Amino acid sequence: MPQKTTNIFVAGVGGQGILKFSNLLCEVAMRAGLDVKKSEIHGMAQRGGSVTTHVRFGKKVYSPLIPQGSADFLVSMEHLEAVRHIAFLDREKGRLIYDTCEIDPPEVYTAQRTYPKDIKERLARLAPNRIFIPAFENALKIKNPRAQNVIMLGALSTYLSFDDSLYEEAIKQEFKEKYVDSNLKAFALGKELAKG
Amino acid sequence: MNKKFLSGDEAVAQGAWEAGCHVAASYPGTPATEILEAVATYPEIYCEWSTNEKVAYEVALGASMAGARALYASKHVGLNVAADPFFSSAYIGSKGGLVVVTADDPSMHSSQNEQDNRYYGIAAKVPVLCPSDSQECKDFTRLAFEISERFNVPVIVRLTTRTSHANSVVECGDRVEVPVKGYEKNIAKNLILPMFARKLHASLEERMLALKEFSETTDINRVEKGEDGVGIIADGVAYTYAKEVYPSAWFLKLGMIHPLPEAKVREFASKVKKIYIVEENDPVIEQAVKAMGIGCIGKEKVPRVLELNPDRVRQALFDEKPVKIDTGDVPARPPALCPGCTHRPVFHILSRLKTVITGDIGCYTLGALPPLNAMDTCVDMGASITVAHGIRKALDKIEDAKQKDKKIVAVIGDSTFFHSGMTGLVNAVYNSSPITIVIMDNRITAMTGHQQHPGTGKTLMGKETTQIEAAEVARAFGVKHVWVVDPNNYKETKEALTEAVSLDEPAVVVASRACPLYDRSQWKKPYWVNPDECNGCKICVGLGCPAISFDAETKKAKVMPVLCTGCSVCAQVCPKGAIHASEND
Repeated sequence: MPQKTTNIFVAGVGGQGILKFSNLLCEVAMRAGLDVKKSEIHGMAQRGGSVTTHVRFGKKVYSPLIPQGSADFLVSMEHLEAVRHIAFLDREKGRLIYDTCEIDPPEVYTAQRTYPKDIKERLARLAPNRIFIPAFENALKIKNPRAQNVIMLGALSTYLSFDDSLYEEAIKQEFKEKYVDSNLKAFALGKELAKG
Repeated sequence: MNKKFLSGDEAVAQGAWEAGCHVAASYPGTPATEILEAVATYPEIYCEWSTNEKVAYEVALGASMAGARALYASKHVGLNVAADPFFSSAYIGSKGGLVVVTADDPSMHSSQNEQDNRYYGIAAKVPVLCPSDSQECKDFTRLAFEISERFNVPVIVRLTTRTSHANSVVECGDRVEVPVKGYEKNIAKNLILPMFARKLHASLEERMLALKEFSETTDINRVEKGEDGVGIIADGVAYTYAKEVYPSAWFLKLGMIHPLPEAKVREFASKVKKIYIVEENDPVIEQAVKAMGIGCIGKEKVPRVLELNPDRVRQALFDEKPVKIDTGDVPARPPALCPGCTHRPVFHILSRLKTVITGDIGCYTLGALPPLNAMDTCVDMGASITVAHGIRKALDKIEDAKQKDKKIVAVIGDSTFFHSGMTGLVNAVYNSSPITIVIMDNRITAMTGHQQHPGTGKTLMGKETTQIEAAEVARAFGVKHVWVVDPNNYKETKEALTEAVSLDEPAVVVASRACPLYDRSQWKKPYWVNPDECNGCKICVGLGCPAISFDAETKKAKVMPVLCTGCSVCAQVCPKGAIHASEND
């Protein structure tokens, strides 16, 4: 059982399944008998806006928010959002796990500016330890575009010490029965992608 | 022991259920909405979305008068709406336990201000409990019912966004069945004529003295021994941040901040060399501690604007500034009206009619943002109609035609109309105000996540009920010019709005179509842009729909099929007819 609190910051855009990702992760940590906290924002800041959740687990967790520079993992489902929230990542010991799918912010889709072209270079500078997971591309390949989040969870799982059976139980609890099998497949795919 | 992973809101509901709560009432508002949504999962509790917070409060108070355990919940500004009965209820007290949950929103994640509702407890002379996590949200709610009945007062449980919307592990208990005591006439208590109210005020001051004794002895106000001479007094989620960054300090953790346990504070002060007060927003605890003549460091170090977090508390306690990282320019990603939003065409039309547009509280407040820029004011629930009326009456006093001839349009959502728009509409009709009121009727309370309201025909408990139509209400109030249009029919909506603003009498246009996120049955196949027909004029992009964008390289518009709901509005505004429905739809 890890004594130190593990901090996982999850970022993306409304609609990418950030909240579901975090719920699954917390369910796993709780089933492992850890103290768990999760913080997120609902309401006005939800649809189409930046969405983030803070997930923390360990022996005893106080703050529901992750201090800057102390995320063991920054999981980002969108390219630009990884840059936006990079301050939370522990740049020495932490890892960025990210997808490069690009969703236009309002200034871009209303033709006021273009999507930044140098995100890749910025991430190379900002996050020395980073793992690219082509989750969205692979979600499309398995004809399940909404499974991007579970593919990312599969990838993350390879860096955590929880047993696979806990993820299975969490997926069975969090999804309706007809979606369980497809998400278990997505989870396995994420693990493969991480092992590269 | 039954462990659950609950949000603070869900934990409040669990606590109310365990405490044997019988009646709960609320009006949706972030971050409090999920409290009643969770209460609705417990069949033992009658619960409702009331038409507004004042109504909800009076429902809970009435239930308490009849001897039921009753819960009121709202966001912080909701208690402003309910402030009138709230203050009176402190005098009246409780027969059945009366618990008032307020969820404040420091940082204004989804609110118009960051008022600190702990002040309500002090102003009305009502005890205030401030939980730090979900376990305490549950435990304190349960305790609040006991305090309320024991001391004959309503009790505030004050949450903030980071307790409401943070999940943590909660050890849950069983429900205590408490019978409803029943109603008995008691005018000296329940009828606050001055002759009774004078006695009730004196009794309330006595009740507060007894509560002060309770505050001194309750274990929710506790000292945690530290290793050095620094002491921290903290409440709510701020306690968890301070504990995180300074675990070796002494702590006086206040679960009940009003009345303040002064003897406990003095004893704590005698044990440490230096005291910090770590609390969000206003210096409520700090002022009380300073008034006792105890020196402490508070708001000169701990920010009062925006919410706290571990980094801000670390900076306050250790003068350590967070490291700045140069990320380069990152375009903002604010929330926007969704693809297919039924408000979009209305705003597109209104922005071209060059009227003054007074706005209201809801998703549609986002119509103020570029590229629609279709809103001038937003104050509080219902203010669109009343502010429009005030502007109209002021401009009537000006001779200059440029001002005098301005047209004023009030924009209000369906749920907001039932909440507090109706009284404003009556006032506009009564006081002859030639303003246009547009009711953005998307058939649900959309912004807070699709809650039922009087216009939907369903209750919180899922029962079918009388469906009240806004257009019929307007006609009954004496409005002579009422239109009901489909906002996705751009031409029809434009004609109605253009005629409405030309009139010299109050006019109401109900733009009625279900929120596409609520009713997905109306979704059609994605539209597409024929690049051979598109001349790159960007009119469609001016709708601000996330599903349509302009390709800077090809100089043509394009629709993103994964986002498009097939609402057809872009096709209707395209002057070249270049946007088309998918053929097989």
